[in-house]
Amino acid sequence: MLLGEEDYITEDGEFVINMGPQHPSTHGVLRLKVWLDGETIKKVEPHLGYIHRSIEKMSESLSYRQYGYLTSRMDYLSAHINNLACALVVEKALQVEVPARAQAIRIIISELTRIGSHLLWFASAGLDLGGVTPFFYAFREREAINSIMDENCGARLTQNFMVPGGIIYDVRPDFQSRVKEVLKQFKDNFHEYNEILTGNVIFQNRLKDVGILTKEDAIAFGCTGPTARASGLNCDIRKMYPYDGYEKLQFDEVISTGCDSWARYEVRMAEMLQSVRIIEQLIDNIPEGDIVAKTKNVIKLPKGEFYQRVETARGELGVYIVSDGGSTPYRCKYRSPNFANLSAIPHIARGYKIGDLIAIMATIDLIIPDIDR
Amino acid sequence: MEERSVEMGLKDKLEFPGQIHETPDGGFMITKLDDVINWARSNSIWPLAFGTSCCAIEMMHTVNAKYDWSRFGFEVMRATPRQSDLIIVSGTIVMKMAPVLKRLYDQMPEPKYVIAMGACTISGGPFFYNTYSVVKGIDHIIPVDVYVPGCPPRPEALLHSMITLQEKIKNDAYYRTQVDKK
Amino acid sequence: MISVLNTIRTMTKEELKYSFTQIFPAVTFDESGEFLVAIIPSEELLPVMKELRSKPELYFDYLFCETCIDWKDHLMMVYFLNSKTHNHTLVVKAKITDTLNPQIESVYDIWKTAELNEDEIFDLFGVRFLNHPNLRRLFLEEDWVGFPLRKNYVDEHMIEL
Repeated sequence: MLLGEEDYITEDGEFVINMGPQHPSTHGVLRLKVWLDGETIKKVEPHLGYIHRSIEKMSESLSYRQYGYLTSRMDYLSAHINNLACALVVEKALQVEVPARAQAIRIIISELTRIGSHLLWFASAGLDLGGVTPFFYAFREREAINSIMDENCGARLTQNFMVPGGIIYDVRPDFQSRVKEVLKQFKDNFHEYNEILTGNVIFQNRLKDVGILTKEDAIAFGCTGPTARASGLNCDIRKMYPYDGYEKLQFDEVISTGCDSWARYEVRMAEMLQSVRIIEQLIDNIPEGDIVAKTKNVIKLPKGEFYQRVETARGELGVYIVSDGGSTPYRCKYRSPNFANLSAIPHIARGYKIGDLIAIMATIDLIIPDIDR
Repeated sequence: MEERSVEMGLKDKLEFPGQIHETPDGGFMITKLDDVINWARSNSIWPLAFGTSCCAIEMMHTVNAKYDWSRFGFEVMRATPRQSDLIIVSGTIVMKMAPVLKRLYDQMPEPKYVIAMGACTISGGPFFYNTYSVVKGIDHIIPVDVYVPGCPPRPEALLHSMITLQEKIKNDAYYRTQVDKK
Repeated sequence: MISVLNTIRTMTKEELKYSFTQIFPAVTFDESGEFLVAIIPSEELLPVMKELRSKPELYFDYLFCETCIDWKDHLMMVYFLNSKTHNHTLVVKAKITDTLNPQIESVYDIWKTAELNEDEIFDLFGVRFLNHPNLRRLFLEEDWVGFPLRKNYVDEHMIEL
């Protein structure tokens, strides 16, 4: 099909282009329709659904032991944390007490996931903005984290380790030493990240004062996670609504008031170190005992509605279950962090150059299957 | 590592297919046109950077230094289908994406190859039952050369599939079929 | 002085109930869950929501989840509201009785995050939002027939387990 001029130039002389669904910097199959005046962005309209897999519909026919497994395919970089949310909501409804050992292991694995996720963000942010080397640096550590997942959970990416009541297997005897090894490797190499990107003037200029998201807008658009925290909004679920014993741990909620892409970059970098801090407090103090609380084979939730939120690597994931007393959810809604963060992009990007849109998307760090579900 | 590669038969695969005869004025070689074309083609496959979901992350892991698929001749990843020979469909394809995938495939120059990576692309995988939007196998849309099962497959599995694809290319008879047509 | 103190305080469920009945007396409450749930008819939604957003002691500025439930005989819109200044949470439910042609006012003017959420609900449940800036099918193709998350949705291609 040949396009006429009227198809891509509006009456006001704005040029309409499509970014995606197959575009290397959209991290998946996001499609953005962009109205341009020269190089300046006038309007952005997201078109979604290129990976809409009907997870919410499928969850309505899966049991409470099964439905969580689909969520590791949603935000696959925080797969563990998504599974955790699904386990927690069942535990909340049944009022199950999770054994202390399981809680500690859950937190360690979740924080490792968070580091791994931020590492991948670091790699792809560098790649989007023109540097290939950060990709190799970050994947070196990500591989090490993946091998821990591999040893303990049996899979590298979609592990399905958290089950209602605890964890599915006990960790291997060398878990503690392996985690310590990886943390040491990470801390020893962290200065390289700062040297290659943080201190790079070209990289800084691409991000500083680009993509301003004010605190009021962050609230209005429902942004969460590092994206909102870089706008000075307190929204760390681990601090505000602690789950699984986060309240006993010492860590800082990383807040920046920069509001621009650079602030989002800095927040994520600092968050990795906070995750290391959390793991270090727990790794030598994993209590002995059971790894899973006893639950019935067929879990039936009482009639009612249950909402559980967790802090994934990208923000607040909410699992909203409406139960009619049966063994499958009547309605299952995932409030996904990326969906809300995406809705801010048209607002943020307006007035910047098209190249800046790449920088904005790189620092907001969207995972498209989590948006589409 | 060197020895293990030889055991895997990689050395034979990388060797030039044909006979080289050395003569005082430089030498000559005898080979079949198909063999030499396939040999060249199989060792410089340019994949399209196409990832829809989880499997794309494992594909990125395969690119990086630990697995490093450029060892096998998949060095350059292209962002446009017009410059690629291979499309690795990594991740679920839904109804809305299907025309896009078909279009990407049509835009690739011949000869082109397809690897279906992961359970979703083979049959719909975890999204087979009770779903209204998932395409149950990409072979409903485009022809597939190699299937890699797994959810997601390990990087080793992807590497194996690519080596399998190389073998397939080496046994191709592209030039001969062109002559037969005439 | 007392009113100033009130504005910077997290309200308990009882206080929230009291404040809500001040805005809209004909409300039904459901306290069985974690949050206080206020159920109102769908026609009254917009003025109530505007009050909830603007009253300084309530100040629900953060809509963190918006969804819909199909109860076969009626549709229930669910709004999870939170106040970032006071840190109290309230769930507002709006009952839509007309399931054949469901419609409700959009809350886009109050919370911008509602735009995409309402697109999604329109796509999957078929609820029409009045005064929505750009109501469209968000996930599915424009010519898709039916609304998949409705309980009466039939898809002949679906393979049921």
